[in-house]
Amino acid sequence: MASHSESIIREPLITGKDITYARITNEVLLPVENKPNKAWWIGFTVAALGAMLWVVSISYTFWTGLGTWGLNKTVGWAWDITGFVWWVGIGHAGTLISAVLLIFRQNWRNSINRSAEAMTIFAVICAATYIVAHMGRPWLAYFTLPLPNQYGSLWVNWNSALMMDVFAISTYFSVSLVFWYTGLLPDIASIRDRASGLRRRIYSVLSFGWTGSVKTWQRFETVSLILAGISTPLVLSVHTIVSFDFATSLEPGWHTTIFPPYFVAGAIFSGFAMVQTLLLVTRKVLGLENYITMFHIESMNKIIMLTGSIVGVAYITEFFIAWYSQVEYEQYAFINRATGPYWWAYWSMMSCNVISPQLFWSKKLRTSIKFSWVLSIVVNIGMWFERFVIIVTSLHRDYIPSSWAMFYPTWVDVGVFVGSIGVFFTLFLLFIRVLPSVAMAEVKLLVKTSSEQAKKKLIDEGHLDPAHVQYYKESLIKYDSVDMSDYEKV
Amino acid sequence: MSKTKFILGCFDDPDEMMHGIENLQKNSIPIYDVYTPMPIHGIEAKLGIKDSRLGYAAFCFGCLGACVIFSIVYYTLVHDWPMNVGGKPSFSIPNFVPFTFEWTILFTAFGMTFTFFAATHLFPGRAPRVMDLRATDDRFIIAVDAKGNIPHDDITSLLKDAGAVEVKHNERKYVSYE
Repeated sequence: MASHSESIIREPLITGKDITYARITNEVLLPVENKPNKAWWIGFTVAALGAMLWVVSISYTFWTGLGTWGLNKTVGWAWDITGFVWWVGIGHAGTLISAVLLIFRQNWRNSINRSAEAMTIFAVICAATYIVAHMGRPWLAYFTLPLPNQYGSLWVNWNSALMMDVFAISTYFSVSLVFWYTGLLPDIASIRDRASGLRRRIYSVLSFGWTGSVKTWQRFETVSLILAGISTPLVLSVHTIVSFDFATSLEPGWHTTIFPPYFVAGAIFSGFAMVQTLLLVTRKVLGLENYITMFHIESMNKIIMLTGSIVGVAYITEFFIAWYSQVEYEQYAFINRATGPYWWAYWSMMSCNVISPQLFWSKKLRTSIKFSWVLSIVVNIGMWFERFVIIVTSLHRDYIPSSWAMFYPTWVDVGVFVGSIGVFFTLFLLFIRVLPSVAMAEVKLLVKTSSEQAKKKLIDEGHLDPAHVQYYKESLIKYDSVDMSDYEKV
Repeated sequence: MSKTKFILGCFDDPDEMMHGIENLQKNSIPIYDVYTPMPIHGIEAKLGIKDSRLGYAAFCFGCLGACVIFSIVYYTLVHDWPMNVGGKPSFSIPNFVPFTFEWTILFTAFGMTFTFFAATHLFPGRAPRVMDLRATDDRFIIAVDAKGNIPHDDITSLLKDAGAVEVKHNERKYVSYE
């Protein structure tokens, strides 16, 4: 049944008075059905300029070759793989929210899963551009596919972690896309049935003829659950396999068995940080404060704190194991990271990723929107530095001191990186313009159980333990979207 | 003979709609279908709809994916062109695991989703067979085939009693065709 009452001590997932099903549709579709506002145009212009920088930088790279980057004989991987791992990591939060939280029946995922999944897809697109770009000769990208080539019957090397990466990333991208689009169908149908003319025709094609009949919904739920079930091990496997790129090598600082879990924790950490960066702005600009509430923000901050702590433990473990292994090259690699010429990168990583998320133990800080947003940026920077530290500090001083070198990025390196951020934001801004940024059908499920108004009704009816009501009222104080004056008399 | 083809009970509350289904069933009036803007749990049991078998399809596609990629890797790496890597065995199953795993999931996801689309007749360009345009917004619609279900006024009053905000007597089955 749609309506059993939820316990009063659980915090509401939808705030506001007079929330009806129609109002949810109206509010979520506001940016889709109307002309964009000034804030959107400003954001879009900046993002599009960034995307143009990317086009210029990547075209120049393809035209001239990888010599345009700051790579040298010693440091053969730098900003390219840093950017790749950074973007793939960011992508992980979307799948985590949509799949893992669905399996655990965390209803707070319902209002953030759509935009987080979209973010996943755009982040993986950005990551894929780095893979293609760092090949140097992108027109030979098909060499990664198991095709018999023209030189005889030599196949791809299935023993290589890079080959596993090709399979992991392509599966991850396409399965995420299927999951996201299937979830979009009912919401596209909502737009279609409210639109007219050409818009209606376009959304009609995109909606696949969705009607919302009983059988359709039943199958839809089965598909969602199974997709969530298979996406959960998938998302954990993706960053595990990305970490194989390093862990299966014999490079000091890379050759460690802790990499898979440590990379996965780091990926979730950076992904949630990017979700915060995007959603704290989106909820304000699109007026979605009633659906993406302080409860959502605080929950995500708690995940950031937890995964940040796991990452911190991993850093310290790595350091300990380097000493404990008694391998002098391992030991040197880690001492060099912390005190060598890249000490500033190492300590940026440490302070951004290990120290700063610990501030979220303070309830005041983790329920502050401004602080959360700033910290999410700090974490994003820290996680970029993590990959840079792992890649460049391990490479730049190899076994022969005569070939030791530093890495200096060229303008093309910077252009490709900054440009990929532009590409990401361009795609995200287009997404919130043309598709519903909140899964309407899933949010509508919560109206009769987990909304503030449903709980208010229960309080007004009496019959509740006053201690529970008091607890509930105290938990509402942190919400920026709840008018506490409504609760003074009850 | 009235021209009414379908009688639609439009509810603004899912619980009242469930009540409407009960009212109709008590009076042995067959329900054509129910259209809702969100999944309503428990409605399948009430309407006697069998569990979805998509899970079995998903399992079969997963097995297929695992077999396909394992065969490809085996053929290329072990049979067709074994590579000598330091004298290690070429049939090294641990290296097969990531590929087999990824394609199991890939085939499961695509196989199951496309089976869902095919079984439900969902594809780009399909004309939406919508009986009421608000069924994807804020109305919960019970559709009753008017043919044979006479008198219509009884159906109307049963739906109204359950709390329907509006009962429509449509002369066309679908309103969405232009």
